[in-house]
Amino acid sequence: MAQTLAEPRTLAEKVWDRHVVHRAAGEPDLLYVDLHLVHEVTSPQAFEALRLAGRPVRRPDLTVATMDHNVPTTVGPVTDRTSARQMEALTTNAKEFDITLYPWGSALQGIVHVIGPEMGYTQPGLTIVCGDSHTSTHGAFGALAFGIGTSEVEHVLATQTIPQAPARTMAITVEGDLPAGCGAKDVILGIINRIGTGGGVGHVIEYRGSAIRALSMEGRMTICNMSIEAGARAGMVAPDDTTFAYLEGKPHAPSGADWERALDDWRSLPTDADATFDAEVTIDATALRPHVSWGTNPAQSVTIDDTIPEPDSFEDEAKRDAARRALAYMALEPGTRIRDIRPDTVFIGSCTNSRIEDLRLAAGVVEGHSVAKGLRALVVPGSVAVKLQAEREGLDRIFVDAGFDWRGAGCSMCLGMNPDILQPGERSASTSNRNFEGRQGKGGRTHLVSPAVAAATAIAGHFTTPEDLREVDV
Amino acid sequence: MEPVTRIEGTAVPLDRSDVDTDQIVPAQFLKRIERTGFGPFLFHEWRKDPSFVLNDERYAGASILIAGANFGGGSSREHAPWALEDFGFRAVIAPSFADIFRNNCCKIGLLPVELPQESVRALMDAVLDEPATRIVVDLETLSVAAPSVEESFAFDDFRRWCLLEGFDDIDLTMRHADEIAAFEAARPSWLPTA
Repeated sequence: MAQTLAEPRTLAEKVWDRHVVHRAAGEPDLLYVDLHLVHEVTSPQAFEALRLAGRPVRRPDLTVATMDHNVPTTVGPVTDRTSARQMEALTTNAKEFDITLYPWGSALQGIVHVIGPEMGYTQPGLTIVCGDSHTSTHGAFGALAFGIGTSEVEHVLATQTIPQAPARTMAITVEGDLPAGCGAKDVILGIINRIGTGGGVGHVIEYRGSAIRALSMEGRMTICNMSIEAGARAGMVAPDDTTFAYLEGKPHAPSGADWERALDDWRSLPTDADATFDAEVTIDATALRPHVSWGTNPAQSVTIDDTIPEPDSFEDEAKRDAARRALAYMALEPGTRIRDIRPDTVFIGSCTNSRIEDLRLAAGVVEGHSVAKGLRALVVPGSVAVKLQAEREGLDRIFVDAGFDWRGAGCSMCLGMNPDILQPGERSASTSNRNFEGRQGKGGRTHLVSPAVAAATAIAGHFTTPEDLREVDV
Repeated sequence: MEPVTRIEGTAVPLDRSDVDTDQIVPAQFLKRIERTGFGPFLFHEWRKDPSFVLNDERYAGASILIAGANFGGGSSREHAPWALEDFGFRAVIAPSFADIFRNNCCKIGLLPVELPQESVRALMDAVLDEPATRIVVDLETLSVAAPSVEESFAFDDFRRWCLLEGFDDIDLTMRHADEIAAFEAARPSWLPTA
């Protein structure tokens, strides 16, 4: 990413170049950070280190904190003492270092990757970091956004910069109209299945093509969110009128004359026509089908119409070994039809799929139906704002009437740090992003799906699509 | 940070690919607000299996972990390298690493050493065959040596220099304090603030 200004550049290169504070041969570029998002799990050690070294937070005004990973999604106190201690630590640190905090109980609290966009903090052309790998979500706005570790959180708090070794660029072009029943989640699960969990390592991905352009901001966020599941350093979508319409009027978006100035700037960001990428992948959107993961990494997925694959069908030994291990953990037999698999729990939530559009879609599927007997189903809105909006629209009633739990905002069962967990051996259909062993509770078995498939599966009791449900109705 | 130059010791063969950070340290152990003490939680679930390699007495006291491709994927939790370091590891050798994990390792002086697939295989087999096999990882000469394997590895020049010297990253960055201030002065006024 060290081209001169005269050369055609990609979106990623433009955003990168305008944030270089210091560049020298043999060193990583020192990039300025426009927005630093902070949550309770990956920050306490960073603040403690600042305290020990007597260092201040350089730009509290560019730092925004919330609580999401640990928070309970039910009414009542935080019963887990260590969770409470971690939340208290963030409250103390935010106060001591003068950082804006949206704590548990605030009307603006939520998953950090949901509240950033909905309050208008997330804007095109920004550099955004957070001690969380799903920071890639914010790339949906044409920001360069990536996850960092706690030592890097400390570095950003102290300096508002981050050293970054050059990234390679990758274009993933998704062309054509998505078939009915397919959404952003199926696009990204299909992409990860195609390029693998390490396919994006070292790269910033730009998602392009008519299928991406046609997506809402919510859909683009779902796709960018899971860039990290392909190993990518970041995922981005060029800002366009969909982006601007989403941002206009948001509390922290520019307004008045500043809005016009910002628009002029944002319109200069998309990749130049003759710019080149280090790698290119093309996906035919018209051939996609709803995806369901069967294994213990997000690349191990098939379509809803498929069966569990035979481990020996994979080309290399590492993949065969991984498939055997995954099937043993998931208690699945090769040849089993995906539609014959029966989850115990359906989870609709997480920074991947907990936004208002996801809840509207799921509510539309479950309306007038009941959750299958014996199945636990819960909806966890991504933020308090999403929850309140859904309640204004009556979506909560639809879910509750169908037999779903309607919860408070947070990360919840995506990673099982709060009391929402799978029991050992339990199987879930989950709209989250990771099907790793034990991710949703030790011994839990996770199948990643879209909100549409999750909702239909909750009703049918086995993996299915809304279209299948409708056919049964007739 | 203490300088890192040369690591010599025995190794644990973790013969699987795509080892994610949720396996290295599960989420329920991320609630500590301290920086230390994560070693007991390393590979917490897998260690419940008596046949898991970390439970094998023959590999006790190892300072090097050998693993399959795409090691350290998933969550950005630095708790993963903290747990490896606290357990006693000083280097991880694998065919490839996830980016954030690699960054986090370098921040704390745990060496992520990327070798070609065949060399990792050869080291893995040597250690599986003879647990007492000693391996030397040398950051100064960028080489890995074991009785049956000699291999050089690539490492980012700047990171290598930082590790060899044991520099504090924040001090290094603040050498550019004037440039940071100049950059800040030129930022457009409409950019978002908290």
